[in-house]
Formats: sequence, C-alpha cells, structure tokens
Amino acid sequence: MSETKKFMYVNRKAPYGTIYAWESLEVVLIGAAFEQDVSLAFLDDGVFQLTKGQNTAGIGMKNFSPTYAALGDYEVNKIYVDRESLEERGLTLDDLQHLVWEDEDEDYAEKDSIRLVTRAEMADVLAEQDVLFNF
Amino acid sequence: MAMLHLVNKSPYDACNLNTASTIMKDGDQLLLIEDGVYGAMKNSKAASLLKGLKVAVLGPDLAARGITEDKLLEGIDVIDYGGFVDLVVANDKVQSWL
Repeated sequence: MSETKKFMYVNRKAPYGTIYAWESLEVVLIGAAFEQDVSLAFLDDGVFQLTKGQNTAGIGMKNFSPTYAALGDYEVNKIYVDRESLEERGLTLDDLQHLVWEDEDEDYAEKDSIRLVTRAEMADVLAEQDVLFNF
Repeated sequence: MAMLHLVNKSPYDACNLNTASTIMKDGDQLLLIEDGVYGAMKNSKAASLLKGLKVAVLGPDLAARGITEDKLLEGIDVIDYGGFVDLVVANDKVQSWL
C-alpha cells in the first residue's frame, strides 16, 4: 500500500488581516517535508495571498509572500488559482507572483506552478484529493 | 455633524462595507484600512458600493497587500497614518464597523 496521500490546502483568506494565510504556508512546508503529494488551492480572498510586490514595512508585520516562490524547491508545484475569484476582485494573472519549479526529469526546465482553473475544474481537483486542509 | 466610517474587512468576506456604504450620510467620510482596502479596487465586484462616497484608503495597508494605486477606483485618497489622525480630528464622530 502506498504511503503517499494527496494533500490539498484550500486557502480562502486574504493575507495580514488574519493569521490563516501564514499558518497555512507553515503547514504546507511541514507536509512537503513528509513527501506527500501536495497541492494548493487559492480561491475567494485567498487569491490576494499571491499578489506580487507586497511590502509590509509600513504595517510592522512580516512579509511572508517571498515564501510562495520557494514552494517549487519543496516539490510543491501544483498551485490552483480560481479564475472567477481573481476576476471578481479586479485581478489578473499578471498581478500575481510568477511561481515556477524546476523539472529534474527534463534537465531542470523551469515550469509554471500556477494553474488558472474554472470553478468546475477546481471542483474536479478537490474531488480527487485524499485529505483537505482549510485555511 | 460629519462621521468617519472605518471598515477593516474585505467586502467579499463580510457585509461591513455594504452596510457602511449604505448608511453613510452626505459629508461623511469612509476610510478603508487592513483588509478593507480591497474594497477600493477598480474592475471589481465591490466597486459599485463606493459610488458617490468620500473615500480614503490607508497607504501602508495597500502596500502590504501589493495593491498599487493604479488598481484603485478614481477619486480615492491614499493617506498615511498621519492622514488617518487628521480624519479622526476633522470628523465629529468615528464609527468603526468591526
């Protein structure tokens, strides 16, 4: 029996206003260290977590957004972003960080981690998981 | 008797902005802070709530969230913490929509 399970972290809250986004990131990194098959979903206000150019100097909080760029190094490279959530918030894919990972099977070719999906596609991705964590 | 209305929640997560924007009277001022700043973004579902209102948004909270001023609706004042204090002083009362 395979020990590997499909873990999905569902992120639905904006960063900084609550601690959920940061806590999720911490748990994701722990899960990745146990070599599980990890995916991340960003929907509703969760899409705000991925905006580029975050600068928290003025609010006295830690800017944890650079950590998302490190996820590829932990083989966390399936990042599903809900298209509908982006659009209703006045955002496009260009407003988000460009997250990539290196595919060691293809001579470390750099590939995109973010997959923009429709609500129906998101439903399919959720349905195929073994465990769901919500933040 | 102008009132300063503070909103610190995302309009997609709570009804605070909806209630504040519909209860505001002529001359009242709205200030969006923390996750409330997302309410000031153009091309968004929440944008229509702010029509005709006097709106300011706290710059440091925008910067923290990676929202640049070109993403904001027209006519919105971006202020700093000093500007926040000025608004508190300039208005008779503060209503904080927690």
